[in-house]
Amino acid sequence: MSVLLQTRGLTYRYPRREPVLDKVDFALHKGDRLALTGANGAGKTTLFHLLVGLKKAKAGEIIAFGQTRRQEADFVEVRARAGFLFQDPDDQLFCPTVLEDVAFGPLNLGKSQSEAIAIAQQTLAELGMAGFDDRITYQLSGGEKRMITLACVLAMSPDVLLLDEPTNALDSQARQRLIETLQGLPQAMIIISHDDDFLAQLANRRLHLESGKLTDPDATPAPEALHG
Amino acid sequence: MPQALEHSGTSWKGQQLKHKPSLIDRLDPRLRILAAAGFASVVVLSHSFIPLISGLLLALSMAVLAKLALKRTLRRVIAMDMFMIFLIIMLPFTTPVPAGEQPMLQLAGLSASWAGLLHALQITLKGNAVILIMLSLVGTMTATTLGHAMASLRVPAKLVHLLLFTVRYMDVIGQEYKRMRRAMQARAFVMGTNRHTWRAIGYLVGMLLIHSLERSERILAAMKCRGFNGRFYLLDNWQLQRLDYQCGLGWLLILTLLTGANWL
Ligand SMILES: Nc1ncnc2c1ncn2[C@@H]1O[C@H](COP(=O)(O)OP(=O)(O)O)[C@@H](O)[C@H]1O
Ligand SMILES: [Mg+2]
Repeated sequence: MSVLLQTRGLTYRYPRREPVLDKVDFALHKGDRLALTGANGAGKTTLFHLLVGLKKAKAGEIIAFGQTRRQEADFVEVRARAGFLFQDPDDQLFCPTVLEDVAFGPLNLGKSQSEAIAIAQQTLAELGMAGFDDRITYQLSGGEKRMITLACVLAMSPDVLLLDEPTNALDSQARQRLIETLQGLPQAMIIISHDDDFLAQLANRRLHLESGKLTDPDATPAPEALHG
Repeated sequence: MPQALEHSGTSWKGQQLKHKPSLIDRLDPRLRILAAAGFASVVVLSHSFIPLISGLLLALSMAVLAKLALKRTLRRVIAMDMFMIFLIIMLPFTTPVPAGEQPMLQLAGLSASWAGLLHALQITLKGNAVILIMLSLVGTMTATTLGHAMASLRVPAKLVHLLLFTVRYMDVIGQEYKRMRRAMQARAFVMGTNRHTWRAIGYLVGMLLIHSLERSERILAAMKCRGFNGRFYLLDNWQLQRLDYQCGLGWLLILTLLTGANWL
């Protein structure tokens, strides 16, 4: 199973607007580190929301991890296997303490409290954030918040990472640390970013979203002839 | 357990814990909540001056024991006593003078009664005693700890989550408010009493509500992404220690004595 996520004819529109996604076909394969670019408001975040079922597609289908996903119930598994890193860390860190936040995912996956704590601590340690367990989530710096949200996502051991503008508001040091961390991760990922240098260091494929269409800026004409 | 430093930034600075570590901090938070609640019920239900005055003295010694920051505690107690002053002025006049007794004082055709004054004094004593105990036993823990303790005392989960989410997002929404306020100032907005001001403030409040609503939707989305299924997990394994049992028993004894003092 080398195709992890795939869409066919995916279409989405907000009420009383032009479609933000217009019959989009794309596929994410194992080992892909796909850079997703596009102007502000092009619909990149919307695409992520569709992929994990937070919004319902108007047309087209989403095939995730080998199965077509339609209902809310289908997407519960997708969300566990596709780790979504939100644009604003404050939206993602809702628990009082860091440890509780990182353990929240594993607990929801049915782990016992001691297992969840062990996973959380190990994940934090792997990201070089050991000792942050008892910190209050909203007192962290921007870079720390970003690393903790990454730990939250990785603690669920996802197969795919969906990163929405991860370098937003990071200073150069925190950004460098994030690049090094992400480079060391085995997961396939889709990275939304406006930071070309960041993408150059991470991505091995590129797609550009414009007027509801996904195009490959590196390929010559025929945009439909992408993967799959 | 969460760190003692609770609220960073500017908006919640006033909520940071400021007292030095004391014996009270070593007690189990749940015990402290129960102790404060027990004391409050005993004091509020008391009807004679002996238990009320001893209760206030006890509360004062607890405040000393808890090493409360003097300035901040005074500010809070005085804020409440401002209301009490009105009570002391109003109650004697609104309580009817019992038949056959002399009014305390007559003013512009209104007569003040001793019974009203005594009643007002009792309420003042109760109020001060309860607030001091609250500040020393409950006010010395962080809001997050309070939420956890309430959860493990089986307070309904919805209330606990409401408290924890409020604590968590107070600051974020405060920052949003400040950002918008600065944006207004940057465009030379000055508060006045005119239609323009009222409309601008209306927009500001409206936008703040919309932003908060949108944020709550994003938070729910983030929770769903991590497999949220209606349960919110809090991690703590508090265990009552020997010190807790000793202090708890001592407190129970004191409360019994206070209750008994009503019939002296
Ligand atoms: N809740 C919403 N209601 C209406 N329009 C929206 C909503 N959310 C986003 N949009 C619009 O959809 C478009 C795509 O948004 P988004 O996916 O967030 O863009 P991107 O992440 O690429 O910057 C934007 O033009 C935005 O204005
Ligand atoms: Mg976006």
